[in-house]
Order: sequence, then structure tokens, then C-alpha cells
Amino acid sequence: MDTLVTQVFNGLSGGSILLLAALGLALTFGQMGVINMAHGEFIMAGAYTAYVTQNVLGSAGLSLLVSLPIAFAVGGVLGVVLEATLLRRMYHRPLDTLLVTWGVSLVLQQLARDVFGTAGVDVPAPSWLSGPVEVLGFAFPRTRLFILLLAVAAFLVLAAALRYTALGRRIRATVQNRPLAETSGISTRATDRLTFFIGSGLAGVAGVALTLMGSISANLGTSYIVDAFLVVVVGGIGQIRGAVIAAFLLGVAQSWIEYSTTASIAKVLVFALIVAFLQVRPQGIFTVRTRSLA
Amino acid sequence: MLSACGARVDAAGSGGAAAAPSCVDTSGSEIKVGFLNSRSGTMAISENTVFDSLSLAAEQINAAGGVLGKQLNVVAEDGASEPTIFAEKAQKLIRSDCVAAVFGGWTSSSRKAMLPVFESNNSLLFYPVQYEGLESSKNIFYTGATTNQQIIPALDYLKEQGVTSLFLVGSDYVFPQTANKIIKAYAAANGIEIKGEEYAPLGHTDFATIVAKVRDAGAGAVFNTLNGDSNVAFFKEYKNLGLTPAAMPVISVSIAEEEVGGIGVDNIIDQPVAWNYYQTIDTPTNKQFVEAFKAKYGATRVTSDPMEAAYTSLFLWKGMVEKAGSFDVAAVQAAAGGVSYDAPEGTVTVNGENHHIAKTALIGKIGADGLIHTEWSSGAPIEPDPYLKTYPWASGLAS
Repeated sequence: MDTLVTQVFNGLSGGSILLLAALGLALTFGQMGVINMAHGEFIMAGAYTAYVTQNVLGSAGLSLLVSLPIAFAVGGVLGVVLEATLLRRMYHRPLDTLLVTWGVSLVLQQLARDVFGTAGVDVPAPSWLSGPVEVLGFAFPRTRLFILLLAVAAFLVLAAALRYTALGRRIRATVQNRPLAETSGISTRATDRLTFFIGSGLAGVAGVALTLMGSISANLGTSYIVDAFLVVVVGGIGQIRGAVIAAFLLGVAQSWIEYSTTASIAKVLVFALIVAFLQVRPQGIFTVRTRSLA
Repeated sequence: MLSACGARVDAAGSGGAAAAPSCVDTSGSEIKVGFLNSRSGTMAISENTVFDSLSLAAEQINAAGGVLGKQLNVVAEDGASEPTIFAEKAQKLIRSDCVAAVFGGWTSSSRKAMLPVFESNNSLLFYPVQYEGLESSKNIFYTGATTNQQIIPALDYLKEQGVTSLFLVGSDYVFPQTANKIIKAYAAANGIEIKGEEYAPLGHTDFATIVAKVRDAGAGAVFNTLNGDSNVAFFKEYKNLGLTPAAMPVISVSIAEEEVGGIGVDNIIDQPVAWNYYQTIDTPTNKQFVEAFKAKYGATRVTSDPMEAAYTSLFLWKGMVEKAGSFDVAAVQAAAGGVSYDAPEGTVTVNGENHHIAKTALIGKIGADGLIHTEWSSGAPIEPDPYLKTYPWASGLAS
């Protein structure tokens, strides 16, 4: 029973970290079809934003919360710059996009090394997030609860924005049928840019959350980029809720297999499960039915 | 390009039992030495610090008149964190630059890749990092600790502290696997119970499950051989679950002064580590070393065990050459045994048989200042024993 509760919690927590890392990608890759290998570096930029914010504000108290919107803006601006300078020239060349964004990710990593040094930096968790919460004799780390709430909140806000706002309708229209959207008077260029801003901004938010979990160094993004792509692919391209379900499934699977075997074997088995799943359902958990010819 | 390179290696290798004659030029007022460190790639973060301390040693030796009256002319090459590049660059340093000796390497895979190059060319490598032992070459001098100078003293320390059970956590590669084999043999012979053994893939970032297993097993202490960034995630998780060094200390063998800042002092304060050198060692020699290093590279820089071992390696080579009265490899090898140097870590002496050095083991604890403070010492230098021949309980390990 102890193990059950602990491992379900660890699985959900691992899933929430995956979800945060992948949510932005579910927009830029899932909705727009852009393979952005630099998404991981936007996460890294968010983490360093938290570091800089904390150094400026001094106290560890509220700087974490303050850095959330700042990191969203930093990630978003990086995304827009990338979109406006490089990506828009290659919207129909996915392989070129992959190589170019991979190059950009290497450049950003080296930039981070030059600015912040090669050694990792630390963002101490604020006192209200340190240590565990005891519930019915179980210890849950506060940092993990915080990330779980943040991931769920980020998803709900994003889903609501896509569903109920004019901007959300424009994004969905552009994704489902670009020519028709254009004919209806939607500026698809502006929509692309905004979508990229939001998706990349979410990567920045993920970066802030990850400072609570692990090391903050130039290669932070590389640890998460593959998992983030996996989540989007398993969830189904074009579906935000697919990413949510995929993230939590992968998180729980990883933590359960890891508990009964080892971390290395769990990683292999999770990969094997994903490959097997994609054989049966190559389109992922959910698919979008569109009338677009593309 | 590649085939030409391969052909050259073959030509050197097929020189036969008597390796190609050394091309080291000892006629002028300078003598060339090679520094081979990863200046780029994932290992650059660690190896740049070793390069810095080697450069300081070369500068100091030159200022004091050089070696046998010759100034050191340093040829620096980048191993780029790739074992194959280490091997290629070592070949280049020996055959094209004609250096008298090479200093560098960090990962065991880089050392293993360079070993045949140094043996077939009959040249010398000085390797500055603690490693998993079970190796000895007449062409390599190992100035970091072997297992009986770091891991076994760490176990002795834990035993003295009354620890009767251990949990082993490590990264999934050769050093932790070998170290844990030794730890398990020691534990079996000393009545210490091993409560669990967990390996995480290199670069693993989520330690929730592993730390939960550690907590549930309730061992007296954790023996940590995790590498790199995984330590950050591990210690943050450890603290967030409410585990403390007072209740269950985590002794680490891969965390030095350089890494403490990235982990966060709050997350690792009071945890023990095992090395042979700390920046805080209170001797005049070490103070001079630390001051010279900070004067050259900045007051915020710290000095760590591998850096000190690299710094020391250049002075040990100088001692060997001066004892031999020659830069000739065979003469240096013959003179090596018994050469000693008053290093920042204390007096170290070269073992002529296995080419490791006798050094003192120190257990330190991480302080609020982010530095490591000595808690326990083996008292005297420990003779290196890379194959653990002098430990009856380890008889089955070397095979």
C-alpha cells in the first residue's frame, strides 16, 4: 500500500514534469508541425531566467513566482525571433527545419556557457517549498506538488484559451485548414507567430519548474527534448489533451517499471512500449480529423 | 584523411618490439611537453580546470629555471571529450610534436584509448584523476587515487562511525560498477549489510523512485558513485523527501569543490565526501598553491583534487627527469620509483612498480562556505595497490 501510493505519486509527478516540458512542443510541433530541436534550449533559457531573477531579487521567497511570467516572455521572444528569422522560410521543409533548429540549439548552449560559465548554477528552493508535506503518514515533496499543480494549471489555461478565445479559434482554424483560414480573413502569418510565442513561452515556464528538480547548466534542455517529442508523438499530433494523457501514462509507466526493476531497464522498456504502441497506432492516442488536403 | 591517419598508426605500431626511435629534441634550451585535455564537449567543464592547474605548474617550473635547465614549451591539444580523438592527438603529440611526456585525460575511456598509443610509441602519460583501479602500465603514471586510496578508506571511515548497512547508488557505467564490486566484497568481509544497489543511466534526471527505494531500505549510509548532473537531481530529491546527513549520510566519491555550487550548498551541506585533497588543507604548501591559482585565474575559482593531482604530476615528472639526469623514457621509468614531492595534499611518493603514487586519504564534509573541510585522515600516505593484492577479501575481484 505504501509503495502503491508513493509510486503512483512519483509517476504522476514524473508525468507532470514531462507534460510541462512537452506542452509548448504540443503547440509548435503538434499544431504547427515545426520540428524545433531548440525547444530544449528555450527550457534552459527559462531555468537561467529563474536564476537571474533570484539573483536580482535576492530572496528565494517570491522570486520563483515572479520568474514564471518573465521566463514565459523570455522563452516566447526567443521563439518568435527564431520563427521570424529562420523557420518561416522553411515551413514545408521539415528535414531542413530539424537541422537548422538543431544548429540553433548548439549555438544557444554555447551562448549559455559563455554567459553563465560551464559549471552548473543553483536556484535554491524557497522555504515554502522545501521539505515534504505529511499526509496520512506519506511524505510528498512540496516541490513535486508545486510542479504537478503548475503543469495542470498550464494545461487548463492553454486548453481554455484554445477553446474559448478568438485567438484560440484562429489557431485552430489555421491548423485545420490554412487556405480556408486565409480566405476567411485570418492573418495566418500573425497567427503562426503568436502560436510560436505561446509554445516557446511554455518552455520557459517549464524551465523555471525544472530548477526545483535538477541541475541548471547549458545542457539542461538536451535531457528533456527527446522525452518531450515522445510525449507529443504518443499523444497524437495536433492534440493537446493527447499530450496530457501520454505524459502521465509515460510517467507512471517509468516509475512503476523503475520500482520493480532498475532505472536503465525502465528506460528501455518504456521505449519498447512506445515503439510497440506506435506500431498499432501510428497516429498516437488521439488524432485530428480535418478536411484539409495537406 | 582517415586512412592516412590509420596508416601512420600502423607504421608506428609495426615498428616492432623496438618502437620507433624517439624524436624528442633535447638539444636546445627548451623541452616540449604535451597537455591533452578536453577543451570542448561534455567533459570540458571538468578538464578545463585540470588544464588551468597544469598551465600554472608549467609557469612556476619555468620561472624557477625549468627542468634540467630547459624551459618547458607546452603543446596543448583538445581531446574534445572523445576517446578516439584522445588517441589521435596523443599520437600527434608523440610523433609530430615530439613531446617528452603528455599530461591529461580524465575519463577512463579516454585513458584506455590512449594506453596502446603510449605503449606502442614507448612514451609517457601522466593521468591525474581517481579511477577504478585494476590497471598498471609502465607508460602511464597515475597521480590520482586508485581504489585503495579512496573507496576503501571511505568504507573504513563509515565502519568507524558505526555504520552497519549501506545502500549503493551509482551511474550505470564502469567506475560505479567496479567500485560497488569492491564495496560489496569489503562489506561481506566486515559484516556490513548491503541493503540495496541502484544504477541510474548517465544523465538521469528524475530520482524520485531511487530515493524512495533508498528511504524505504533504511540503510545506515548511502555510498554515492553518481556522476555529473545526476548528483544535483539526487541531492535535491534527497533533501525534499526530508532525508538528512545526520540520519543517513551520503558519502560521495565524485563530488569536489567545483560541483558543490551547482548542487547547491543547502542541498548537500554536512554530507561527507572522500578524496585526497581539499582546498582547505592547512599547510603552507597548499596555501601557496591556492593563492597562486587564484592570483592567476581569479578569486572566485576553487581548487579540487584532480586539479591538484595534475599540478603535482608535472612536478613529479620534473623530479623523475632530474633524478635520471635525462629526458629519455627508459631512464625516467627507471628513476621513477621513490621520487617524492611535497604536494599541496601532503608528501606523495611514486611507486616504481605500479606507477601509482602513495597518498593520504581524507574524508571531508561540505561546509556552509561551499568548501570541503577535512573530518578524518588515514594519517599517513597509503601505498597504491591497484589490483588490491594486499587485501585478502578482495582476492576474487581482480580476475
